[in-house]
Amino acid sequence: MSSTPLRHTALDALHRSLGATMTDFAGWDMPLRYGSERDEHNAVRTRAGLFDLSHMGEITVTGPQAAALLDYALVGNIGGVKPGRARYTMICRADGGILDDLIVYRLAEAEAPEYMVVANASNAQVVLDALAERSAGFDAEVRDDRDAYALIAVQGPQSPAILKSLTDADLDGLKYYAGLPGTVAGVPALIARTGYTGEDGFELFVKPEHAVELWQALTKAGEGAGLVPCGLSCRDTLRLEAGMPLYGHELSTSLTPFDAGLGRVVKFEKDGDFVGREALREAAARAEQNPPRVLVGLVAEGRRVPRAGYAVVAGGEVIGEVTSGAPSPTLGKPIAMAYVDAAHAAPGTPGVGVDIRGSHEPYEVVALPFYKRQK
Amino acid sequence: MSNPQQLRYSKEHEWLSAADDGVSTVGITEHAANALGDVVFVQLPEVGDSVSAGETCGELESTKSVSDLYSPVSGEVTEVNEDVVNDPSLVNSAPFEGGWLFKVRVTDEPGDLLSADEYTAFSAG
Repeated sequence: MSSTPLRHTALDALHRSLGATMTDFAGWDMPLRYGSERDEHNAVRTRAGLFDLSHMGEITVTGPQAAALLDYALVGNIGGVKPGRARYTMICRADGGILDDLIVYRLAEAEAPEYMVVANASNAQVVLDALAERSAGFDAEVRDDRDAYALIAVQGPQSPAILKSLTDADLDGLKYYAGLPGTVAGVPALIARTGYTGEDGFELFVKPEHAVELWQALTKAGEGAGLVPCGLSCRDTLRLEAGMPLYGHELSTSLTPFDAGLGRVVKFEKDGDFVGREALREAAARAEQNPPRVLVGLVAEGRRVPRAGYAVVAGGEVIGEVTSGAPSPTLGKPIAMAYVDAAHAAPGTPGVGVDIRGSHEPYEVVALPFYKRQK
Repeated sequence: MSNPQQLRYSKEHEWLSAADDGVSTVGITEHAANALGDVVFVQLPEVGDSVSAGETCGELESTKSVSDLYSPVSGEVTEVNEDVVNDPSLVNSAPFEGGWLFKVRVTDEPGDLLSADEYTAFSAG
């Protein structure tokens, strides 16, 4: 146990009044679930769910060379992001290892360019330190805005209708991976059409002092639509069904984006050097010649649940490792993401199993994601 | 949550019914079921198995974790709850009733089982 006291979000008292089971997550005391995590999961798939994600780490980058700094510090082409749009990207070490995966929002143009980098809670300090260090020589400012925002997400097929009842912002014109400033329930917010559930949905960045008011307004607006508060437990099963990687599970400093099957986020064609370019070139070439383990989906035939770290086996040999596993509420079966040797990565490869505490349980290899919403 | 008065409890959060013809029923408490979250898989001992007080005899798998099931007493398993094998959510919805786990012909029990009031205090602390 860490001796550092847990941090609390602006919604902490509200979570407790809702009877949430709380958990230590990356140094934050966060809601794990309010009732049944399966019910919360199904609500997001079929109706709508409300999440407190205030533990995510916001870092603002401003100044004339903000884009140049981000192009140097991150592996993506950030200069190419249009105002009001967002991009999924990564920050790597010089040796190509993944420090974190990020979403970078280019905020609507006022005068100087302004970007908001959203890091995972567990990596926010690392990302902040790396950006600050990499900003040397650039006419740009890196600002720690972790305490400046609360983050509330509304996810699920009913989320556009719920949000529309509280805002005049043009939600129909707001594309996936885009964000615009607006007012929701009278509260100034950056309204982003992003999320981590595989559903349509929105993430609302607001000042912490407005979080309770916004949460309550969303709760009221969502009453008739079946919106329920949701904890981190169902967030994890939702993202797993959607095949989305989680730092510390599918991503780590010991993997390059190419090892993680996410080489497409690395933009070698962008102008100028960037941290990790040389090592990532080599990693790309290596991956080409000698395919690394491949991230695949596994679906159980039985009911025992694979957990992170369990060995994937075939013919009595270890051929991979589970990175995330859970019972899938949508499929009604246990599922997992796992890195497996390329020879066993094709969907339908026979004879693949997971060593579940000594017993080799049969699993079907499938392509990711497990779940894709109908548009 | 209230723990039925007529049951006794282990510090591993199992409950044990009074013996009927030497046979007691074992389940896990509501407190334990809540802590586990949605139970999705149970592995129970088989009829005829010998179980020992304080030793593992099965497992309970929830969304986020797997927990060992301990037997609160020693004896021979006479029946297992097939309903809960088929529908593990019974452990959450009715831990003291339909979500019971197995029956055991008790040969020995440790002296440290708790009363309902003692267990309520224990599980609150």
